[in-house]
Parts: sequence; C-alpha cells; structure tokens
Amino acid sequence: MINLKGRSLVSITDYSKEEILRILDIAEEFEDNQRQNILNGYVIGSLFFEPSTRTRLSFESAVQYLGGSIIGFASPDVSSVTKGESLKDTILTVSNYSDLIVMRNPLDGSARYASEVSPVPILNAGDGANQHPTQCLLDLYSIRKTQGTLDNIHIAMVGDLKYGRTVHSLVQALSLFGATFHFVSPDSLKMPSSVKTWVKNANLEYHQYTDFMDVMPIADILYMTRIQGERFPDPLEYEKVKNAYILENSMLENTKDNLKVLHPLPRVNELNEDVDDNPKAYYFQQAKNGVYVRQALIAAILGLK
Amino acid sequence: MKNKRTELKVSAIRNGTVIDHIPSEVVYQVFGILNLDQTNSQVYLGTNLDSKKLGKKGIIKISDKFFKDEEISKIALVAPNATLIEINDYDVTKKGNVHLPENVDKIVKCINPKCVTNNQNVPTSFKVTEDHKGNMKLFCKYCEKTMAKDNIEFN
Repeated sequence: MINLKGRSLVSITDYSKEEILRILDIAEEFEDNQRQNILNGYVIGSLFFEPSTRTRLSFESAVQYLGGSIIGFASPDVSSVTKGESLKDTILTVSNYSDLIVMRNPLDGSARYASEVSPVPILNAGDGANQHPTQCLLDLYSIRKTQGTLDNIHIAMVGDLKYGRTVHSLVQALSLFGATFHFVSPDSLKMPSSVKTWVKNANLEYHQYTDFMDVMPIADILYMTRIQGERFPDPLEYEKVKNAYILENSMLENTKDNLKVLHPLPRVNELNEDVDDNPKAYYFQQAKNGVYVRQALIAAILGLK
Repeated sequence: MKNKRTELKVSAIRNGTVIDHIPSEVVYQVFGILNLDQTNSQVYLGTNLDSKKLGKKGIIKISDKFFKDEEISKIALVAPNATLIEINDYDVTKKGNVHLPENVDKIVKCINPKCVTNNQNVPTSFKVTEDHKGNMKLFCKYCEKTMAKDNIEFN
C-alpha cells in the first residue's frame, strides 16, 4: 500500500512511478466526486512570496472543496518578510499554525530547505526557476486523461526549453513511462544538456527541431510554453526570440486525431485565441485538472486518502 | 667519480604531511584553499617537478600539520589523484590517495546566484556525480543545478 502521509513534495523526482500513479488515481476520484468534507478542522498554510494566479487559487479552491481552512499571504508585502524575517523563521512560525504548508518562493532550492526545517510537510508550489511539481502532476493527469495512458506517448515541447521549469520536470516524470521527446526551440533556448542526459540515461529517444511544423504530424501531445521574459539575463535576447513560435488554429489541420494542445498558462501570444475553440485545445481543462490533483496531494499527504 | 645528482632534494620533514602528485597547474590552488599562506609552520612547495605518472607534478610539504576530512575533501575536489603522506618522527605513518567524498557539505559555494544557499543562512550541500564523459560534477541538493569543476569556488 502506498502511503504518502507526512511526505513533503519538493521535486517531482521525490515520488516514485507508483506514487505518482497513486496521486493521479486519487485525483480521478476527486474529479468524479469533488466535494468531500474530509479536511474539516484542518488548516493549510499558503505562503506565496511571488505572484501566482492558477497555482494559488487552485490550491485555495482544493482546500475549500475539501472543507478545510486556509491561512497565509499572496504577496510577501503583507508579511514579516518585509521586516527582514528569514525563510526559516517564517516557516517555523507558520508550521505552528497549520498542518501542511504550500509555498511558492523566488529562490531556487527554497522548498527543499523549507522541507528540512519544517515540522509539517511542505508542498512546493514553485521555487524560482527550479521545480514546480504540482504543475508536473497536473500535466501528467491531463496526458493520461486525454490519451488513456502515460506509456510511450510522443510529446512535442515547444518554445522556451532552456528556462522553462515545467518542461524539465515533465521530461523527468515522463521518462518513467517510456515517452519519445520532440524538442522544438530556437537555438538559444534549447533543452539543457542535463535534461537530455536524463532522457539518454532512461534509454529513451529525443529529437530536436527549430521548425515547429515538423512535429505537427507526429505528436500526441503538443506542450506549448511561454517564452518567459523575466528569466532572460539579457532583454535583447528576449526580443529576438519572443515571437519564435505562435500556434494558430490552421496549423492543427494535419495533426493526429488524438492530439491535445497543453500549456501551463499564462499565455502571452504563443497560442492564438482562434485555437481556443478547437477540440484539440485542452489548456483550460488542464488548469481545471490542477484542482483535482492538488486535492489529491493534500489528502494523501495528510493521510486522509 | 661521484654520480651527478639528477634531482632536487627537498628537506625531509620530521612531523607533518606531504601532498604529492598534485597536477602542476593546480598546486597554487591547493596551497590557497588550505590557507597555507597564513600558517606559521614550515611549508615547502615544489612545482613542475618530473613525474612518471603525471609528466609534471607539484608537491607540498607542511610541518606539524595533519589535515581534517573537510580539508582532504577540498584537496580531492581540485586534485583528485593526489597522494597524502603523513610523517611522524621522519617515518611514513600513513599513505594513501585522497578520495572524493560522496557529498561535499559547507566548503563549496553554489554557482547559482538565485540558490537559497546564496541568499539565506543555509550551508551548501552537493552530491558528487559524473557526467557522461566521466567529468566530476557537483549537484546542488537545494537548487538542483550541476556545477563543473572549473566553477568550484570555496567558501
């Protein structure tokens, strides 16, 4: 029996294949029956040191569908962080008031550190450019839901593969299931060699492209990403590549019937709005799946499922 | 007729440590990371000495000094094939290669300026790994970035 009670989730590699599948199965239960009053009397700490729409609100929504309470802040401006309080002290304080802490923080590795000092489990809601494991789990959930399986899919990842943390985690996770990877990016935003080594070590294949259209006929999943201006050290470099890949509805004509377009959102201009009405567009449903997956994680970590 | 001497003799030390088989190009780095410029002990430093194993090598002899594991880890990170010889009353009492530890804690700085260890009071911690070419790398336990040997900076 898989038991995740008391376990922090910092990096997607903290969980085994079986543990990932367990979370997805529990999420499926919540999709069928979302309102379950199992968190009655529990308090969840929610510490967002950086802005977020989907992640923060879907965590709040998950807690409330389960009948729990949530405390915390959506911006460090309203906390003692502005007085220079250390991360350790903030975590130790909030752990006195809650059963589990959800945290987003701009520093890489802050979630691992928080999990070491905290007496209650930490759910990493994004630590800088490093990890965003709950996004990864909702991506996996969306892939399994739309393809019927996670095994041996062809996934095309498009855009910022260098700085995009979601694609790095997703490669690591899908490597457990035997995927074939198609990486589409400008030369300056190619997948880092450490991630490609990960694929090689799993004895899987990857292919690299600069032309978007090359992957259209072969992909089961088209995973679009935003080219993130805020991650570029040089603004000129950003200007050069920001419009490199824009998906338009007409480009989906000769694609597989089972293809679904995913995007972690927010989008800027890389997904034209005329794609939204195409049945192959799945990104808003994907964001909705985030609530089920976060319900599953909270319930499993608190030992309630 | 006496044989002509073909090597430079450096005085033996009575008590202390000899670090041998240091690649010549890192001998000053080893000297620096062990803070030997601040010691009051006698220190001999040789570089570009002939070596069958390395071609050219460096050697450092320090009187009355025996290194702790943490210091030996530092040597291993920059000179993984160095030999460490401990001398007591002119006798070799211990001799062996330095070993790369599995983990390197506290002594190395993370290269990532956004790593939590560079912004909060958190000691660094790295796992020693290799890339597919067999080059030693340090993997930061916190930010999960991998650092090459050339980027190692000591705290």
